[in-house]
Amino acid sequence: MPTVRLIPRLDIKAPNLIKGIHLEGLRVIGDPQAYARKYYEAGADELLYIDIVASLYGRNNLVDIVRATARDVFVPITVGGGIRSVEDARTLLRAGADKVAINTAAVGRPELLTEIARQFGSQAVVLSIEAKRNGKGGWEAYTDNGREHTGLDAVEWARRGQALGAGEILVTSVDQEGTRKGYDVALTRAVADAVSIPVIASGGMGTVDHMVDVVRQGRADAVAMADVLHHGRMSLADVRGAAHERGLAVRRS
Amino acid sequence: MSSKTVTVFDYGLGNLYSVCRALEHVGAEVRLVDTPPRPGEIERLVVPGVGAFGDCVAGLRKRGMFDAVRAYAETGRPFLGICVGMQMLFDVGEEFGEHEGLGLIPGRVVGIPPTTADGAPHRLPHIGWAPLLRPDGADWSGSALDGIDPGEFVYFVHSFEAKPTDPAHRIAVYDYDGHAVTAAVRRDNIVGTQFHPERSGPVGLRILARFLTL
Repeated sequence: MPTVRLIPRLDIKAPNLIKGIHLEGLRVIGDPQAYARKYYEAGADELLYIDIVASLYGRNNLVDIVRATARDVFVPITVGGGIRSVEDARTLLRAGADKVAINTAAVGRPELLTEIARQFGSQAVVLSIEAKRNGKGGWEAYTDNGREHTGLDAVEWARRGQALGAGEILVTSVDQEGTRKGYDVALTRAVADAVSIPVIASGGMGTVDHMVDVVRQGRADAVAMADVLHHGRMSLADVRGAAHERGLAVRRS
Repeated sequence: MSSKTVTVFDYGLGNLYSVCRALEHVGAEVRLVDTPPRPGEIERLVVPGVGAFGDCVAGLRKRGMFDAVRAYAETGRPFLGICVGMQMLFDVGEEFGEHEGLGLIPGRVVGIPPTTADGAPHRLPHIGWAPLLRPDGADWSGSALDGIDPGEFVYFVHSFEAKPTDPAHRIAVYDYDGHAVTAAVRRDNIVGTQFHPERSGPVGLRILARFLTL
């Protein structure tokens, strides 16, 4: 069985690393580069930067943070937030990102996924889906940190994203995000069963059990984690060691 | 030329920042070029590559690098191809139709099998870390993998893999759902890695550092 990737997720409101609950109520945690560096040195399999105010340019912009981070982080970096065009994607990839995560702009113009994939390869395109339970046993995709309805069924949108050229799906449960109560396993499983590209589960990790559940039952290929690491509740080494003990295949470094 | 000069071919595709940064981090003086120097002016050559096989070959041709790579390979000096930069060493790539490669190592580049060895569906592209395995008889000495132990983890992202005609050219594999997938190839001075040493953390940096000593 392939190894599960452990991915620290750093939500950015430049110049700060922040963390919220349900993607809102944001609190400043610290300097994103310092945390990125720390997680790299602690053995992160990849890093995920999401700019929650989508300010690619201007003062204190995401591009500068990515460039500075990529100087001495030698694992893959995925960057999302505010990417609206092939040019935006190019700017971030040239600054050292390996993949770009697209949410709002893909909802508005799904062909953007195809255009970026054609230019840089599917492996560089992550479809980011913010999903909320719809009260009818399914999930709706949202944009703008879980505030704006799209009317799209999250699972169907994932399937379509793959067909359009995405090489990976990042699925964030808005309901679980920041709660430390566990991932939305059913959501992850529904998305993982709908696509053949890898799925990154995000939102809700509080314990190692949560991670084991979303991998075993949710069939996630990778797990994003934020709160649990940022506040030092666990170290990456703790997470990796515990995952290994529980029989999950993880990288050993 | 300083003893740690590395020429990196930029043929207009993909992000070369991370590969250049990783090489610099281990002490290389990186020369990123978009027109090929004469083979005699290159001390060590890295050909990176992301995206589709055909696009990469077309990019090389457009910049006069296709012949330059072939000429350099004959000098016997160190050569490292990464990801599609490794795949292009072969005769033919099958991604989005058949495309002619550099023909420096006999063989084809084909899709990773679409199911596990047991016939169950699995993920493609394969994105993630896997331990390097050394097939019986494979020799890593004198290559960039010298000093790496089988079992050390490196980072892959790909849907296609190289199938050398001569198994001796396949010097490392990894297991993907029961399939032995090509991880590194070698013919004399020419080495190619399917994985990304520049994204493989400290293990990858050791591989690049070793390349600088060849």
